[in-house]
Amino acid sequence: MKKCITLAQGNGGAENHALIKELFWRHLGNDILDRGEDAAVLKALERPAFTTDSFTVSPLFFPGGDIGKLSVCGTCNDLAMMGAQPRYLSLSVVIEEGFEVRSLEKIVRSLKKELALNDALVVSGDTKVVPRGSVDGLFITTSGIGELQGEGIGIKAIRPGDAIIVSRDIGRHGAAIFAAREGMELESALESDCASLWPQVAALLEAGIQPHALRDATRGGLAAVLNEWAEANALCIEIDEEEIPISDEVRGICELLGFEPAFLANEGTFVLALDPADVPLALEILEAFPGGEAAMRIGEVKGEYPGKVVLNSPWGTRRFLDWPTGELLPRIC
Amino acid sequence: MNLTLKNLYDDFRDPKTIRALAELIHQESEGLERPVNIMEVCGGHTHTIMKYGLKQLLPEKIRFIHGPGCPVCIMPKERIDHAYILARQPDVILVTLGDMIKVPGSRGSLQQARSEGADVRFVYSPLDALKIARENPGKSVIFFAIGFETTTPMTAALIRRAEDLGVKNLLYHINHVTVPEVMRELIDSRDEHIDSYNNRIDAFIGPSHVSVIAGAKIYREFPERYGRPVVVSGFEPVDVMEGVLMLVRQFTQGRRELEIQYKRSVTMEGNLAAQRQIDEVFEKRGLFKWRGLGNIPHSALKLLEAYAHLDAEKVYAEILPVEEIEDHKLCICGDILRGMAEPTECQVFGTACTPSKPLGSCMVSSEGACAAYYKYGDLLK
Repeated sequence: MKKCITLAQGNGGAENHALIKELFWRHLGNDILDRGEDAAVLKALERPAFTTDSFTVSPLFFPGGDIGKLSVCGTCNDLAMMGAQPRYLSLSVVIEEGFEVRSLEKIVRSLKKELALNDALVVSGDTKVVPRGSVDGLFITTSGIGELQGEGIGIKAIRPGDAIIVSRDIGRHGAAIFAAREGMELESALESDCASLWPQVAALLEAGIQPHALRDATRGGLAAVLNEWAEANALCIEIDEEEIPISDEVRGICELLGFEPAFLANEGTFVLALDPADVPLALEILEAFPGGEAAMRIGEVKGEYPGKVVLNSPWGTRRFLDWPTGELLPRIC
Repeated sequence: MNLTLKNLYDDFRDPKTIRALAELIHQESEGLERPVNIMEVCGGHTHTIMKYGLKQLLPEKIRFIHGPGCPVCIMPKERIDHAYILARQPDVILVTLGDMIKVPGSRGSLQQARSEGADVRFVYSPLDALKIARENPGKSVIFFAIGFETTTPMTAALIRRAEDLGVKNLLYHINHVTVPEVMRELIDSRDEHIDSYNNRIDAFIGPSHVSVIAGAKIYREFPERYGRPVVVSGFEPVDVMEGVLMLVRQFTQGRRELEIQYKRSVTMEGNLAAQRQIDEVFEKRGLFKWRGLGNIPHSALKLLEAYAHLDAEKVYAEILPVEEIEDHKLCICGDILRGMAEPTECQVFGTACTPSKPLGSCMVSSEGACAAYYKYGDLLK
């Protein structure tokens, strides 16, 4: 019989302790976590950055990743996007009664692997088990502290004339999740782009590139990042539709369901605003990372329609690329 | 299913071809004596025109009138209320297609019903409703069927399949509508404020997916009886541009004909097997109310009497209200669907009425004219 998580394992007692010790500590253990104190005591960081995120993806295992990998990437990437090197994470897991222990272990292993890529540690954690039906399998919340390495990276540093780059092809995570969902009988080689971005950001900073802004294009996709940037600065971002890198598989799913690739989520793709002079070197650096061969300069910051994103078509027409709205639902016909 | 659809659409979005077609339309339009108003009947075409900015490529003499061809936009509030009420019945799973979930009725949308605990599910194909019914034998699964001729055969196939398999817990609320009747209505009817719609619509772009099923033949009456040319066109930018060119040529050459641009899938006769399947389970309704347009005779389908026991409208007749509900008084969706107004002429467009909080149906559906204008804007204006 399969071993499954029981309500008793969330009781705060012996079973709970055993689960934490045998599963979480075994894989994620380190000097700070192993102390088992109520709070992690950390060495002061000179310029700390702090962030938090919750992960509720369905399915929990998807082509290219799982909720464990995602929960490390998501929080570490939020830090990386400020030019901060991820250092310490907290991990809070809410598990549905009946969840397979083997699957949980797979998720924890995946957490461990991704933490190593970021050179980050889980230093504090919490586990809850809730009755069947209260959550969809497993929810994870991670918070993270990182150490700022870059100077002056932030939305407000974006200025007219900046070039806009995407680090790889867009929409993979959103499209892979749709293809993997029950009811969509799609056979596809498509994998999520789920990945840690600190290595890319570190390489850019080491090469002396000072990006003005970085943002991982997660929920809301490329369109949300660009609109956020345009709106916050009352600037206009002009994008050339032809230059946006999109894989054939993502395009295919979008054609079938009536989605826009720019609205689909990414979990390992980021957008950069930077000095146009830095573009060739930035692209060369990004190229060395998985998927980075598709990195592209897609547009620039202008002033014509303040607060708006303008999309130029290859045949000479223009339109606004708006914020994505509401639930992503496939079209009727 | 192979997801590499690239070859299927790449050529139909080729920049050179689009530019060349635009140039030809400009040249050909010089021969037009007066501007031509083309109604794109289907919301899918409206979407293409706005998304790809095609209006910007055309001469001023070519004007688009956005038509009533969006199954979500034309659904009156009372029918959405039916869906909402059915969804909230105990032991009912209401199943429908994507966009329908967001449309507000007078009591709320299906999205709201779902947040209040109702079991509402959207499916990618009507046949998925069958799977849900078989997996939930203790519940009544109601398929809220919507769409034009394009989606009707899939509902017909679902009904026949469920019958063959002896599935007893699957009911249907049928809202399938038909295109020619509403086009006729737009030309035939008169409005007390404007002398007639007659003066506005010069020609139609017919939706290709409808004709893949029903054939181009369904539009014969428009050139023959009303002198309005029809070109059945695909939904890619090259398709729409070529469709416009074909219409302009008809005018400059003094022709009024039914033509097919989308020859890669559309024939005059259409898919006869699908048409037979539809006739086996459906018949025309006497009247069907279209949102903003009122009652249009024979413009929708209902289940044949033999399937009355599967008709949710009959089975749940006691709890489904029949009174008509007025639209919001500031909303001009009716005028937009009739081609008498553009979305931007509405005083609540983009302010009180947005895609995330729509007052009217044209803002709800992604195929709706207001949603297309809101989403893609129009930089030339």
